[in-house]
Amino acid sequence: MKIKINLSERSSDFAKEVEKRSGIKVKECYQCGKCTAGCPVAYEMDYMPNQIIRLVQIGARREALTSRTIWLCASCITCSTRCPKEVKIAELMDVLREMALEENLANPLEKNITAFHESFLNSVKKHGRISEVWMLNEYKMKRPKTALQDLVVAPQMIGKGKLSFLPHNIKGKDAISRIFKKCKPK
Amino acid sequence: MKIGYYPGCAITRGSSSEEYGMSVMKVSQVVGPVIEEIPDWNCCGASSAHATNHKLSTALSVRNLSLAEKYEYKEILAPCPMCSQRLIISQKDVQDDEALRKEVEDAIEMPCGSSVKVSNYLEIIKNYCMDEIAQKIKKSAKGLKVACYYGCLLVRPPKVLKFDDPEDPQSMDEIVKAIGAQPVDWEFKTNCCGGGFTLSRTDVVVKLTNDILEGAVEAGADAIAVACPMCHANLDMRQKKIEKEYKRKFNIPIVYISELIGLSLGLGSIGLGLDKHFVDTKSVVNAYS
Repeated sequence: MKIKINLSERSSDFAKEVEKRSGIKVKECYQCGKCTAGCPVAYEMDYMPNQIIRLVQIGARREALTSRTIWLCASCITCSTRCPKEVKIAELMDVLREMALEENLANPLEKNITAFHESFLNSVKKHGRISEVWMLNEYKMKRPKTALQDLVVAPQMIGKGKLSFLPHNIKGKDAISRIFKKCKPK
Repeated sequence: MKIGYYPGCAITRGSSSEEYGMSVMKVSQVVGPVIEEIPDWNCCGASSAHATNHKLSTALSVRNLSLAEKYEYKEILAPCPMCSQRLIISQKDVQDDEALRKEVEDAIEMPCGSSVKVSNYLEIIKNYCMDEIAQKIKKSAKGLKVACYYGCLLVRPPKVLKFDDPEDPQSMDEIVKAIGAQPVDWEFKTNCCGGGFTLSRTDVVVKLTNDILEGAVEAGADAIAVACPMCHANLDMRQKKIEKEYKRKFNIPIVYISELIGLSLGLGSIGLGLDKHFVDTKSVVNAYS
């Protein structure tokens, strides 16, 4: 795939910033492509995993942080496991996602994924544990187009006793909400 | 010896994979070890926390380790590999990063639990239960061909988890052999099922799980054994959708390794939760004699 990058927007210290935040040695990558070869979700990505690293290396900050790839990474860690230079690529995706959210750059085309994460964490924040029904409910309100596919499965799950309507509250849920407060992104 | 039990959200009662928790408990009552639920444990944050907020992910996980230490457990069992992986990674992260450790201790209002050992289910069985199983085995499923599917989170990242071979793990295969069934040689042992994308990018999950189901069937498997609630949900609950999408029939039961062990110990299939699956498990239950 041919990639066009606006050179005037390059940020020369992007790689340093990423390395400082995560300790991941982005500059070690020599672009062998083994990460991409083994990535199960590469077929859906706009940039291949090795291209994401290259974007970070050359300071193409906007391209990396607005990519769909960082959200599509399933964190299976096959890439980091096989990398001959021990670059932690999957862990790099975590850092880039975090930065994209902080800078409000998350790609809207992968809104399903970010909305899921939000709904999931809101459930933890509220109850201390996941209450699947309520987490699902919030997610489906946010992404109504996804509702249909799971309407088939949900009644069966309820029938088998697998979806409880009682929220799973823990005693220390106030402690959990303080954790969320103290770990709030900048 | 008592082991702390961290069930995690997916396998507690009234959750999508409660049969995993039920069967783990039933099996431990027969072959040990004694497991006790850690009081007031919280969600580890799973993918959603580590994908969006490293500090939060670490703090949520470490709180559980600190609770385990508070209640004087030296070792804990986390049967869900998402949980065990997050707990182990977070424990290492606070050990390696002093600044992060201080921030986490401030957030959780407790010292970081640094010494407790976190074990996955296969480790617990291999380390404590193999002799007991050999003595107490009542039935065997001779001829039942099982594809052992480990998924991602039990074996990766290998340098941190230090468990089995990340490309060709053997521990589940050895357990399957020990209970008299026959593990098949296949290529998809540690391929990804799409994990947490089951609701947000179901299309990705459907494609990846189709490959895995196809691999198992081609290898001649009668059932797929798993030790992960996400792998199970994607292969079992989504199997009908996969069949519809790819216009084919698999109808292959997806069973937890704990359920297979339970059946070999002569435990009843209902108590093990085998009626809670979407794909009928009768062929597996009937294979035991």
